[in-house]
Amino acid sequence: MSDKIRLTTPRRKFLTATAALGGLQLTSPFIIKARGETPVKIGFIDPITGSLSALAVSEVEGAKWTVEQMNKKGGILGRPVELLVEDSANDTGTGVQKAHKLIERDNVDIIMGDVNSGIAYAIMGVTSDKKVFHIVPGGHTDPITGKDCKWNTFRTCNTTAMDAAAVTGELVKRFGKKWFFITPDYAYGQTLQANFVKNLTALGGTWQGDMLPIASSDFSATLIKAKAYKPDVLLNNMGGSAQINCMKQFVQFGMNKDMALGGALFEIESVRSVPKEAQAGWWCMEWYWNQPDVPLVKQFVDAISPAIGGKKPTARHWMSYVSLHAARLAAETAKSLDAVKMAHALSDLELPPEVALMPGKIKYRAGDHQLMSDIFVGQVHPPGPGGPDDLFKIESTVTGEQAAGSVESTGCKITWPS
Amino acid sequence: MSTPLATAPSPAARPWRQLLIIWALLLTVPLWLPLLGGYTAMAGRVLVFALAAMSFNMLLGFTGVMSFGHAAYFGLGAYGAGLCLKFVAASTPLAMLAGTLLGGIAGTLFGLLLVRRRGVYFAMVTIAFGQVCFYIAYKWDDLTGGYDGLRGFARAPIDLGFATLDIANNGTLFYFFILLVFGLAVGLQALVLGSPFGRTLLAIRENERRARFLGLPVERHIWLSFSISCFFTALAGSLYALLNNFADPLGLNYIMSGNIVMITVMGGMRTFWGPLVGAVLFVMLQDYVSSMTTNWMFFVGMTFVLVVLFFPRGLMGMLKRKAEA
Amino acid sequence: MLQLVLFNLTNGLIVGAFYVLMALGLSLIINLSNVVNFAHGNFLAIGGYLAFTLTPYLGFWGALLVSPFLTAIFGYIIEKLLIRHVYARNHIYSLLLTFGLGFILQDACRFIWGPSPLPLGIPDILSLPITADLFFITWYRVFMVVVVIVAVAGLFAFLRYTRVGMRIRAGTLDLDTVSALGVNVAALRSYNFAVGSFLAGLAGVLAAGQIGLNPNMGDDLIMPSFIAIIVGGVGSLTGTLLGGLLIGVASALTTVVYPAGAEAVIYIIMALVLLIRPRGLLGEEGMLT
Repeated sequence: MSDKIRLTTPRRKFLTATAALGGLQLTSPFIIKARGETPVKIGFIDPITGSLSALAVSEVEGAKWTVEQMNKKGGILGRPVELLVEDSANDTGTGVQKAHKLIERDNVDIIMGDVNSGIAYAIMGVTSDKKVFHIVPGGHTDPITGKDCKWNTFRTCNTTAMDAAAVTGELVKRFGKKWFFITPDYAYGQTLQANFVKNLTALGGTWQGDMLPIASSDFSATLIKAKAYKPDVLLNNMGGSAQINCMKQFVQFGMNKDMALGGALFEIESVRSVPKEAQAGWWCMEWYWNQPDVPLVKQFVDAISPAIGGKKPTARHWMSYVSLHAARLAAETAKSLDAVKMAHALSDLELPPEVALMPGKIKYRAGDHQLMSDIFVGQVHPPGPGGPDDLFKIESTVTGEQAAGSVESTGCKITWPS
Repeated sequence: MSTPLATAPSPAARPWRQLLIIWALLLTVPLWLPLLGGYTAMAGRVLVFALAAMSFNMLLGFTGVMSFGHAAYFGLGAYGAGLCLKFVAASTPLAMLAGTLLGGIAGTLFGLLLVRRRGVYFAMVTIAFGQVCFYIAYKWDDLTGGYDGLRGFARAPIDLGFATLDIANNGTLFYFFILLVFGLAVGLQALVLGSPFGRTLLAIRENERRARFLGLPVERHIWLSFSISCFFTALAGSLYALLNNFADPLGLNYIMSGNIVMITVMGGMRTFWGPLVGAVLFVMLQDYVSSMTTNWMFFVGMTFVLVVLFFPRGLMGMLKRKAEA
Repeated sequence: MLQLVLFNLTNGLIVGAFYVLMALGLSLIINLSNVVNFAHGNFLAIGGYLAFTLTPYLGFWGALLVSPFLTAIFGYIIEKLLIRHVYARNHIYSLLLTFGLGFILQDACRFIWGPSPLPLGIPDILSLPITADLFFITWYRVFMVVVVIVAVAGLFAFLRYTRVGMRIRAGTLDLDTVSALGVNVAALRSYNFAVGSFLAGLAGVLAAGQIGLNPNMGDDLIMPSFIAIIVGGVGSLTGTLLGGLLIGVASALTTVVYPAGAEAVIYIIMALVLLIRPRGLLGEEGMLT
């Protein structure tokens, strides 16, 4: 076995290229460049690669467009905004590393992220240590604004408590009180099911359920069980591809004739990728593009649509939009980019309608920094007359406060730095 | 053209110059790294991966045994440290001890099952064991936090009696702490590898059958080498938990294992310092490329392929060759 | 209760059949070339994605027939370009090479077809259950099992009755002698890799019809394949066959009593096999050093 290492031309070229690559380290990463004086830097960490990438890509699209629009109107505190996007690759170590990088090397003023709740937590640890203002646009697990809440962290999307509370009433009213749960066996799934059970039993309901591995692809066993139980509603709490496969198999087995289907979140990104028969069920959307009673929504939709390939924006685009504007408003109200001042300013600050884009008056609650947004409960259906993204019909709207319960019930106690 | 046999110079006989350069660079990192667009947390990450890779290299480069599931011990080290900090005591040294023991003992026990296997089969079984650990980590979520990872702990300042090292809040101080641990661990490794035991490992690497004919207890040596390697890897894992204030199942799975192997090979798997060089290259590459493009997986994968095809001896291996030529 | 057990047993056989298809391709490659193809899951994904692209032109049946052959050709090319360089070297290099290759292929899928999950349309008749009572057995699942049986039978026939097949079998036992007898070993390895890729591609199309397509669909499926091979015994294709069925059935039966443990039981079986009979159920001592 003789490995002669000759420095042949291809190798030389490769080494030169690598050296050049190393030299390029001196330049900045992926940024939306803004012209003008010292920009306000916002670091955006999301799992752009990995199993959550569809959602992350929507968030990043929304963020980039929002920053562009913001800069046209003068940016934040009169300074241009620079968005630095980093990929957490669905890995906590990487997410923490990127948070350090954005804070220590790039000196960002604000951090946003992550879709993956575990990574969002880890980043919260870094941002609260370093006293950086942090908004979580789309990480759902409850303790972020619950028992692990921090003074510097705000969350835009709903808690599982809110989603469960919003949907349960409607499902019981329409279909009945006997439910069967299919839930992924990790923190998010467990809290979601627990919250559903709490709401259901309060209305006198009964239930059975199965906890399955997160990435399950075959649901026959649990669907067999469900069919035997004969519930009124089957709750599909799975996420991502697992949710899609569960829906497909549910329909394939003909169970949609025997019982209703529902759950908390069935995001448009996922709805788009299931076959027509599986585009069904009763869910809640955290935001939806088709709100005829709120004219500002149509303006927003028409403005952003060309920038995202002609499609309609999803709740993920909206989450980025709201989060970025909330940060701007916090800075402008506090007249400063100091994290403590911004955090105080954003607490209980009512967001203007052109930011909220929904019927209610929404704000980040002071007690737990959770956004009290409206929740739209309704039915998913195959594409309707409104186009390929006409996939949801809003049947009722629940306000955030109604759904969220009191601050004490979340277990959050915020301690401010001295 | 014969490859130099068991004449890989023992680390103790290594030229002074190389050691001096390496340590000079490592000690002055906070000064020059920011100028290159780096940041101190990245340096900590480099050292942690370097330690893991150097520990792995004891097995691969010096004993000739191919484990492709070493992340299991790395991850166990991280969880051990995290669990200790969270549930037992806010003491950093204790956490490191707990992590090292957890990963090391697991490896030692597992090694017993493995010693008779070789080659590809050995690698497959190590992968499978790694995945078992991964599975337990994310299933036992009451204890480990499951899929979301273990959180709610933070590295605690170290009370030395006459002074307190606030490694919790001072990033630079923490870097030097990692460097200290790294130095001690690496020094220990050098001692082991330079000893008669280490020489025997080299003999086994070069020609196992001959070693057996010489009456050397080959299986026992391989098991010991595996065990020692796992202890050091677990130490690296516990440092990783301290670095992130977090431990998660992805630190255990086969992709992390693959990264450790890659770092070792990229730097030079038959050299002592190779894995450190590999860690620098790898972390920089990953950090930089993932900021530039979302297609970073392509570049990382391409790097693996190119290294395997054109630079199998790794960077240090190439330099050593040129020096000897 | 008995009905539930029977249901799940049947289900387990169906799932197991799928594992078998995956694992056999992997096993073929390991047996002859001593290469653990980490990228096998990605070949599966490519098979599925190619079917997705071909379906508008050839329909589902056409895509099912053509896609595995395309995957096989792709595998052949990869073997000739990349993998053949590492046979003579330390095994670690082949592991790393296929590992890196897996990354590249996954990103290529993401790049070409996008990160969002895609559906693979299957003919409507296949989506229906076979009877009202056996509602969970759709015709598609039956079809999958039939395809697997045909493929496995075809594979064993290929290995037993064709010249190439015989050479592959011989090469698994003693490649040096085969080479000394004048067989072109390099070509043999390439064909072998191509056959393995064919099986992966076929598995990919079948999987895509069931669970849809996404760039990392192969990642979850590769572990059960490894375990099927370890349990069945490295070096034995029949062993892999048994291993795959065993873990499929075990996993399904566990779902009856303790659904959360369905994955765990696979690992437990592997651990038991390693402890009690390390070479696997049908493995031969010294098959792979």
